[in-house]
Amino acid sequence: MATTEGSGSGLNIHPMDQFQVSPLFGGTEVHWYTPTNAALWMLAAVGAVALLMVMGSRGRALVPSRGQTAAEVTYGFVRKMVEDVAGREGMKYFPYIFTLFLFVLATNMLALIPASFSPTSHIAVTAVMSLVVFVTVTVIGFVKHGAGFLKLFWVASAPTLALRIVLALIELISYFVRPLSHSIRLAGNIMAGHTVLKVFAGFAGVLGAGAVVPILAITAIYGLEVLVAVIQAYVFTILTVVYLNDALHPGH
Amino acid sequence: MEGNIAEMGQFIGAGLACLGMGFAGIGVGNVAGNFLSGALRNPAAAGEQTATLFIGLAFAEALGIFSFLVALLLMFAV
Repeated sequence: MATTEGSGSGLNIHPMDQFQVSPLFGGTEVHWYTPTNAALWMLAAVGAVALLMVMGSRGRALVPSRGQTAAEVTYGFVRKMVEDVAGREGMKYFPYIFTLFLFVLATNMLALIPASFSPTSHIAVTAVMSLVVFVTVTVIGFVKHGAGFLKLFWVASAPTLALRIVLALIELISYFVRPLSHSIRLAGNIMAGHTVLKVFAGFAGVLGAGAVVPILAITAIYGLEVLVAVIQAYVFTILTVVYLNDALHPGH
Repeated sequence: MEGNIAEMGQFIGAGLACLGMGFAGIGVGNVAGNFLSGALRNPAAAGEQTATLFIGLAFAEALGIFSFLVALLLMFAV
């Protein structure tokens, strides 16, 4: 917000302030050990996931309760996704993928509580997750196939050698851009959604009592955001599985 | 009317970057529309292809998000 602050007139809304990482217990300096609101809400997400899965799998009833059904449906959903895309070999990495899915889903959903904080809107958070996925997948590829993993970049079915070289370059670039797009997709979607909500909230604040239209709009956009939270968790996970599938079965 | 020209360029650039989001919208609509037309011709095969649909949507949407990011960077980080 380099030069736009302090203008005084017009709409005085700061839609980006909600993404400010601040220490929980006063002060403004953030060190690596400072408990911040980002850390708090990530811990809350972990707690929510643990609650869902531990409470869900405690009863082991033949006729499942509501909690058990929710846990089972989530498990089955991700399991089917891994099996469909990466095949049976992919099931070895199912715990990691399930963890990723639940963490992203829980953070996205908890971020929709008013006045909460959305860690997944920070590229720092999503970049770590996508870099870990990138490194893991690359290591799996090289461990499983050795130099044969490089076939992923060599389109053997292309007609001429020159075309194969060009395609290899393109494949190489697109491989290394993966962590970038993987992380920015999630962070950008969540950040954009929350910014839109805050901008409309600013309109409602300006209009005061006559703020029926902005409030209706916020309600509608909130519904959309719930959808986006789930879809982005799904997309993040399924792209992880697609990358994993490339490592398990390279070549075209 | 006063102000420095760099700030003006920042705002114009951010506005231009938003055009990219519109084009990404065209792309996303294209993916979804083509999926729907295919799914209506062969509904039996549609269910298995939802994963492909979402991957396609994600790839098309990512580029719009990139331009959104450029707009934000111009507004708040430059």
